[in-house]
Parts: sequence; C-alpha cells; structure tokens
Amino acid sequence: MTYILQQILNALQLGSIYALIALGYTMVYGILTMINFAHGDLFMVGAFFCFLIAVYLQLPFVPTLMLTMFGVACLGVLIERMAYKPLRAAPRVSAIITALGVGLFLENFTLALSPYPKNIPPLLTDKTWMIGSVTISSLQIIIIALSVSLMLILDFIVQRTKAGMAMRAISWDKTIVPLMGVPVNKIISLTFAIGTGLGGAAGMMYGLAYPVIDPYMGIMVGWKAFISAVVGGIGNVRGAMIGGFILGTVEILVAAFFPSTYRDFVAFTLLLILLIFRPYGILGKPSPQKV
Amino acid sequence: MKKSPVFFSLLSIMIFLLSGCGSDDPTKIRIGLIAELTGDMPAVGASCINAAEMAVKEINAAGGFQFGENKYTVELIVEDNAGKADQSVSAAQKLITQKKVVAIVGPNASRYAIPSSEIAETNKVVLITPWSTAPKTTLDSKTNAPKSYVFRSCFIDPFQGQVLAKFALNNLKLNRAAVLYDVASEYNKGIAEIFKEVFEQNGGKVVAFETYTTNDKDFSSQLTKIKKASPQFIFLPNYYSEVPLQIQQAKRLGIKLPFLGSDSWGSEELLKLCGKDCEGFYFSTHYAVDASTEVTKRFIQNYTAAYGTTPDDVAALTYDSFGLLWEALNTAGVKDRQALRDALAKIPKYEGVTGTMQFKEGSGDPIKSAVILKITDGKFTWFANAKP
Repeated sequence: MTYILQQILNALQLGSIYALIALGYTMVYGILTMINFAHGDLFMVGAFFCFLIAVYLQLPFVPTLMLTMFGVACLGVLIERMAYKPLRAAPRVSAIITALGVGLFLENFTLALSPYPKNIPPLLTDKTWMIGSVTISSLQIIIIALSVSLMLILDFIVQRTKAGMAMRAISWDKTIVPLMGVPVNKIISLTFAIGTGLGGAAGMMYGLAYPVIDPYMGIMVGWKAFISAVVGGIGNVRGAMIGGFILGTVEILVAAFFPSTYRDFVAFTLLLILLIFRPYGILGKPSPQKV
Repeated sequence: MKKSPVFFSLLSIMIFLLSGCGSDDPTKIRIGLIAELTGDMPAVGASCINAAEMAVKEINAAGGFQFGENKYTVELIVEDNAGKADQSVSAAQKLITQKKVVAIVGPNASRYAIPSSEIAETNKVVLITPWSTAPKTTLDSKTNAPKSYVFRSCFIDPFQGQVLAKFALNNLKLNRAAVLYDVASEYNKGIAEIFKEVFEQNGGKVVAFETYTTNDKDFSSQLTKIKKASPQFIFLPNYYSEVPLQIQQAKRLGIKLPFLGSDSWGSEELLKLCGKDCEGFYFSTHYAVDASTEVTKRFIQNYTAAYGTTPDDVAALTYDSFGLLWEALNTAGVKDRQALRDALAKIPKYEGVTGTMQFKEGSGDPIKSAVILKITDGKFTWFANAKP
C-alpha cells in the first residue's frame, strides 16, 4: 500500500510538470491552430535562466521564479513577433517548420555557449518527512502545489477575465472577432507570454527536481508534454492539465508494475488506444470543417 | 559583372581548400582524433583532446620520427562526433578517405566507438579507442572473431563487472545488490549484465534489476521499486551526468545505501554535479592519481601545468593510446598503415600511464589491471587494486 502511495506521489510530481508544459502547446494551438514545436526548447531555456539567475544573481526562490518566467515569456513573445507573425497567412506547414527551426536554434545556441551539463544549486532546503513509511520531500510538495496553483490562476484568467474571453473568442473565429474591436495581436502576444512563461516555470521546477540540466533536455520532455496536450484534447486548457497528469501517472505506474524497460512502450500503447476511442482527446471536441 | 573578382577569389580559395584535403604532406604523419567535444559528454571530449594535443606536442618537440632518410613530424586532425553515432561514422570516413590519416584515436564512449570501428576495420586503418570498454568494440559483429585493426588502451567490461562484483562481496561484505542501468546504451547494459552474472555465481543476490533509457531524468519509479526490494547497496554503471541525478533522487526517496559505480564515474564533473551526495561511494577505474609510478607522475605534472586540472582517466588513456602509437611507429620504421597495425599487435609490453599493457596475438584488448577508487572529501582517492 505504501508502495503504491509512494508511486502515486512520484506520478503527481512528474505529471504536474508535464501538465505545465502541455498548457503552452495547447494555448498556442487554441489561438493560432499552430503547434509550437519550439516549446520544449523554451522549457529548456527556462531551466538555464534559472541556473544563471541562481548562480550569478544568487536570488532566493521566489524572485528567481518570477525572473525566469518573465525572461522566458519575453523570449516567447519575441519569437512570436519575429518568427511566427510574418507567417500567419502562410501555409500551416511553413509555420511548423519555422517552429522546429526555432527549437533547433535555441538548442544549438545554448550548446554553443557551453556544452557542459550544469548543476542548479539547491534554492530550497530539501527536507524529507516520513508519513507512515511514505517518504515525502519538501521539493515534491512545492512542485505539485506550485503547478496546481499556476494552473488554477491560468484557468481563472482564461475563463473569468476579459483577456481570457478575448482569447477564447479568437480561437473560435479569427476573421470576425477583430471586427468586434478585439486587439488580435496583443491577445496573441499575451497568449504566447503566458504559455511560454508557464513553460519557463516548468523548466525551473524540472531543474530543481532533476538538477543536472543540458541543452537537449527539452526534446523528450517536450514531446511527452505535446502528447499530453493531444491526449487531453489539444486546444483545451483543462484537457492539457488532465493529459499531463494521465501521462505522468501511466509512465510511473507502468514502470512500477512491469519491467521498467517496457515503460515507454506500454505507456504510449495505452495512449494510442485511448486516442482510437477518443480521437479528439479527452476534453477535445470535433471541429467540423467549414466550407 | 562587378562582383566577379570577389567571386573568382572565393572560387580559387575553395579549390585550394578542396585540393588541400586530399593531398598527403610527405613530411607529416597524420593522426586522426574523434572526440565527444559537444553532445552529452563534453567533459570526456575535452580531456581527450587535451591529452592528445599534449602527446603530439611532446613527440614533435622531441624531433618527431626518423625513418631512414625521411624525417616526419606528427599532425593531429580533430573531428567532433557531437555525441552521435552517425557523426562518429562520417568523422571516421572523412579522416580515412580525405585526410589520409595513418591511424585514428577515439571515439571514447562505446556507443560511438563501435560504429567508428566498423569503418576503420573495413578500410584497414588502425583505430585505438581510449575509453570504450564494451567487448563488442574489438569484435567482428558477424563472426565474433577479434577485429584486426581495432585496439583499445583500457580493460573491457567483463573484467570490470567481475572486479566490482567480487569487490562488493569480498571487501564490502554485501550480498544483496540492486542495479539501475541505461538499457539503451551498450556500455551500461553490458556491464550490468556481467555484474549480475558474476555476483550471483559467487553467492550474491541481485534483488532488483531496473532499467531506463538515455536522456531520462526521472528515476523515481524505478528507485521506489528498488527501495521496496531492500538491497544492501545499489550499483549504477552509468555516465557521470546521470549518476548525480540518480543518487540525489534516491536520497529524496529516503534511500540511505552505499552506491557502487564503474569507470564512467571517473570525471571531475561528477564531483561538481554531485557535491556532497556522492561522498563515500566506490567505483572501479583505470588509474589512480594518488598512487602512481614515475611515468604517471610525470604525465600528471605536465598535464596539470598545461591545463590547470588533474587529468581524469580519459586523458590518461588517450595519452596511452598515443604512446602505443608512437611505440608501434618506431617499431614499424615506415609510414604505412599496414606496417603500423602489425607492429602494434606485437607490442610485447608497454609501460603506460595507466599501467603496463600487452596485446595478446590477435586481440585488440590489452591485458592490464584496474583500481577501485573511493570518493572522500570531494576527491577521488585510491582504495584497492584489482589484477586480471
């Protein structure tokens, strides 16, 4: 029993990070129907920002988190303005290729600065508690709590504020909404800022939980988060959160009860089966082709 | 046609460069080096290139080689494999066909050394890998007979797996082991399997045998499983960039056991990334900085003077690879790929930085001993010797 509880705790930690990154994919897709494949690498940049701030400015946890999110959000907006905006009217494929290119640029730029894996110093004093025979670390609690609260804030912004309403409106119809006086460019920038900022926060938390970071760390995690977004129903914010937790749980539990070699194989087979029955993801809705 | 002068000068430069590639300078002996300069283990590449440049500088300062009438100096040609198997292949091909090297040193990690060695073998060019300990590197993939042109300056995994299994049983008196290793990497997999076999043959029990794949960062599931199996120690035959994560995550899950590792731990980077968490753990490796012979002391002194850090095992083994090459070139007495190979295979005894080496006829694996190091006060210190 304690074994299962321990594994569930592990799953929550991994799942909350996947969910945070998945939100970035899903928000951009929702508003631009474009998959931002550079998002995994923005996540990596977040971890490196955190490293730079923690090592050179030696700030404590909260300011580091703020600065990291702000830095990555600025980078996200900059990328949108410079790389994606000129292609908004171009075929979808061009935008996707550009996104892949931006991702490769970020990876290799970081690599060119220094190829050595970096160690993020512990920003929080790591304590472990025993509850029964389940071990809980303070880091685990902080990661899960922080991710959940960021997601709640986001959910509030999207569902309850005017900017959120504008976002939902743009994703509904891009031609009519500008005529209603909604500043499309501003809202798109805001979406990018929030999405990538969350990716940056995820990068930082990932860096704290797994403190050896390298320029390629975003690739695999990025793919997994993308899959989470698809499973949850891409374009749907709550779906991305659910998808992240599902993927995290499946990965951990498969490794817990099967030989760990089969982890990715079994995990992705299960997800494929799920997509056969719900091709638009758990919360996604089929979008009829408009003629 | 205003641009034409620029265009023609560019064209002539390109022709010059291209013709430069194929030509063979008669006064130079070219040695190729394939190293992991970028990618997932840049510390390995950096040590490798440092030691290689030092070895070449030393031989040239001593006057190079004199074969009859002809005098030669050595030219080192470096290729980066970017930590990728395909790039290791193309680097080997480029060095052999375009740069006309006499021999190649590197790559270091087995997953890159194996593909490169195939190219060297088909082209009949000597390749010495400093650090690849997987048996497959020097064995033909079809017949399992030794390759003729592939050598190494380190011991092989079966030996290392044996040494560690016996060390845990006899010296540490522990007989319940857990193993966590990268199933997608030749090196880790090979050593883990041999460790398990020898450990169980000698009365130990492997209670958990867990895997992950390259680039994984989360090991919590596997470690929780290991914790449940209640072993007495955990064996991690993994690379220096992954080991700190595994040990730190284990501690966070409340695992307070000794850890044991293999020669892939032996980088200064491990100490930086791991900090206090790796204190008191053991691993097997090729040489110890603090228990050394005259040759080793001189090498360590020169290396430290040149680069400001103590040489790790990759540096020492790369230096020995070049030492073996120089010895073979002197015996061969001619600048020829085939003659070099024949001389190398017959080296009776070579006194290197990492101990004495000898190639038994036909095999590219040297006969040499290993050491066990312990991490104490943020340093690698000598703990025990293990003879073949």
